[in-house]
Amino acid sequence: MTDKKMRPATLLVHQGRDRDPATGAAVVPIYTASTYHHTEGKAGEYDYARSGNPSRDQVEEAIALLEGGCRGFAYASGMAAIGSALSLLKSGDHLIAPDDLYGGSWRYLAAVLPQLGIEATFVDQTDLSVVEAAVRPNTRALFLETPSNPLFKIVDLRAMVALARRRGLLTLLDNTFMTPLLQRPLDLGIDVVIHSATKFLGGHSDLLAGLVTTADPELAKRLKFFQNAFGAVLSPFDSFLLSRGIKTLKVRLDAAQQGAQLLAERLQAHPAVARVYYPGLTDFAGRERHFAQASGAGAVLSFELQEKEQVARLLRTIRLPIIAPSLGGVETILTHCWSMSHAAIPAETKLRLGIRETLVRVSVGIEDPQDLWEDLASGLM
Amino acid sequence: MDQKTQLSLVSRIVQIGVGRDEKTGAISFPIYPSATYRHPGVGESTGFDYTRSGNPTRQMLEEGLALLEGGSRGLAFSSGMAALTTLFLHFSADDHLVVSEDLYGGTYRVLAQVFAKLGLTATYVDTTKTAAVAAAITDRTKAILVETPGNPLLGVADLTALAALCRQHNLLFIVDNTFLTPLLQRPLDLGADVVIHSATKYLSGHNDLCAGALVARDPALGERLYFLQNSTGAILPPQDCWLLIRSLKTLALRMERHCQSALTVARWLKTRPKVTAVYYPGLEDHPGHELSRTQAKGFGGMLSFRVESPEVARAALKKLRLISFAESLGGVESLMTLPAVQTHGDIPREERERLGICDSLLRLSVGIEDVNDIIADLEQALS
Repeated sequence: MTDKKMRPATLLVHQGRDRDPATGAAVVPIYTASTYHHTEGKAGEYDYARSGNPSRDQVEEAIALLEGGCRGFAYASGMAAIGSALSLLKSGDHLIAPDDLYGGSWRYLAAVLPQLGIEATFVDQTDLSVVEAAVRPNTRALFLETPSNPLFKIVDLRAMVALARRRGLLTLLDNTFMTPLLQRPLDLGIDVVIHSATKFLGGHSDLLAGLVTTADPELAKRLKFFQNAFGAVLSPFDSFLLSRGIKTLKVRLDAAQQGAQLLAERLQAHPAVARVYYPGLTDFAGRERHFAQASGAGAVLSFELQEKEQVARLLRTIRLPIIAPSLGGVETILTHCWSMSHAAIPAETKLRLGIRETLVRVSVGIEDPQDLWEDLASGLM
Repeated sequence: MDQKTQLSLVSRIVQIGVGRDEKTGAISFPIYPSATYRHPGVGESTGFDYTRSGNPTRQMLEEGLALLEGGSRGLAFSSGMAALTTLFLHFSADDHLVVSEDLYGGTYRVLAQVFAKLGLTATYVDTTKTAAVAAAITDRTKAILVETPGNPLLGVADLTALAALCRQHNLLFIVDNTFLTPLLQRPLDLGADVVIHSATKYLSGHNDLCAGALVARDPALGERLYFLQNSTGAILPPQDCWLLIRSLKTLALRMERHCQSALTVARWLKTRPKVTAVYYPGLEDHPGHELSRTQAKGFGGMLSFRVESPEVARAALKKLRLISFAESLGGVESLMTLPAVQTHGDIPREERERLGICDSLLRLSVGIEDVNDIIADLEQALS
């Protein structure tokens, strides 16, 4: 059994619920039951699986423990988590989001929420005055991502929290890129933390999941209500698999981050590469701000080639990375953001933001970094 | 996959199954639960007929196991004991085996209570002494089965010397590589014929599945073991094959951490007043330390230690908070075992005591938690 004082590597392995009380099983059972017997007509701790089940409780408790929240919530995907967390808003509300938001989140904020009478403004959140200027009388929330995807803009979380408190806004942050091991937003005053747990937390590119946590018991109560009412919950089997992935998060992330640092430095020194975006580089613009609020640079980086044709050649030549959307797996994944992760965003918007056709994002896996570099270099000309 | 043969082993393990589903490009290889496969025509086969005989998910795992150990063929079974039993069926009545005396109690049990009745007999010797092994060979001896490091006392057998002995006497050389895994020790490279694993342990690594593996160096022996696997049917089901592939991807990272932490814990235990002996090949004064360095790349995550009395051992097991008092080993979670009662309970008492497996001996499988938390738990449990 763990207690909160234990160190991150230990919390990850044990997650607060490491033994089945009935049998002593080292792993929490996969409870597939959709419903639970009501002894003498009275509901026990569990009554219907959408409302709660022990397998899902395990990951919900884990994310709360890791992020320092009071309660966690698990959903069927990262987008289900974002959608459910944004249920905290109501018709007539306005929110402010980053202009280079993940394409799927952008689609939801730009095309789905307006149908419900909730409007979003997309701004450059690296500039506090720009964010402040976007606040309207009906603004209720700041939706944040840092580092941003895929251009690694760094948002000053303390400044955003101060602004939100001044103006009575809710702060929601997507912490997928960093994970709680590298960035603990609740400690900085963020209200709600969201994860696409499909990425580093799951870590094996073999499940879809979303997680949400908060340190505020009142918000937790409302999130619980929406989760149960809406029902986009994580299945018991995927809860088990996610919990299993979380156990090795530290060893995976440590190794992947080392690999990312190596690749970023070598890419930067390569003549075919125009620019590298990675907070671990000494000349990275947001470096100081990033390390004031996070303890590592993470395992994702982007780089810019000179011409479109070079991208095509790279994608044709490389053999080791998977060429696909998504990130955070043990396998290195290379994404052409223009046509994959950010395909939902109109071309002129992408260009305005700096997401060009020559931009490539790499989620560095845990393969031998030397193998990765040799493969990548073979495609750079 | 051919394009990937130049990669380091670590990279190749991560890539097991990646992109092998040609139809979809799925990164995670699919689970094929199908029990049977449609034949394209009479006398034609897709390569898969009936899932006991072959299953795409199991094939992906078995290729991975062969890759890891550097063998020609890998075979996956429903438990470590199922792998061992299938291997023993390779032998005939009146055959004889020479086996490590410092070995898992379940192996002893199946040999003594099942195979002895079928006429397969065994002699148990201290396999850390090559001369003792040589002396135990008779005209009927067909194989040597070695666990190294031993369980639970971590004695180290000389694999190269034993391989030479086996060649000289025309014996099959079988090595149980469960404790070290192929990332730290590759017995086939040192002359072993077959490697066996309880894949429930480090290969799976999460205490959440039961599996066994055999890997053969020689293709003809691989074919013979496949015949036995298919004939007796103790195969690993597709879901668990998939979970085991998933586990192998983090094996290198896990083993690195297990080794680092086990050495730290072993050194710390040596400083404790109630601890009278520590058995870990990574300690310079362990009798197998130098030999280990020559045949393995690391010392593993398993250690045993002796406390001053059985009462101290029992009290410690009761007080453990983070570490679970449970059988098994090799998982991300630290586990402590009392071998005399649990893993080695089937070995007769006098034999156990001769070996030094008494009630004050504790075995620790060091997990990947923060090592300071592991030590803090041991400290309070031994206080």
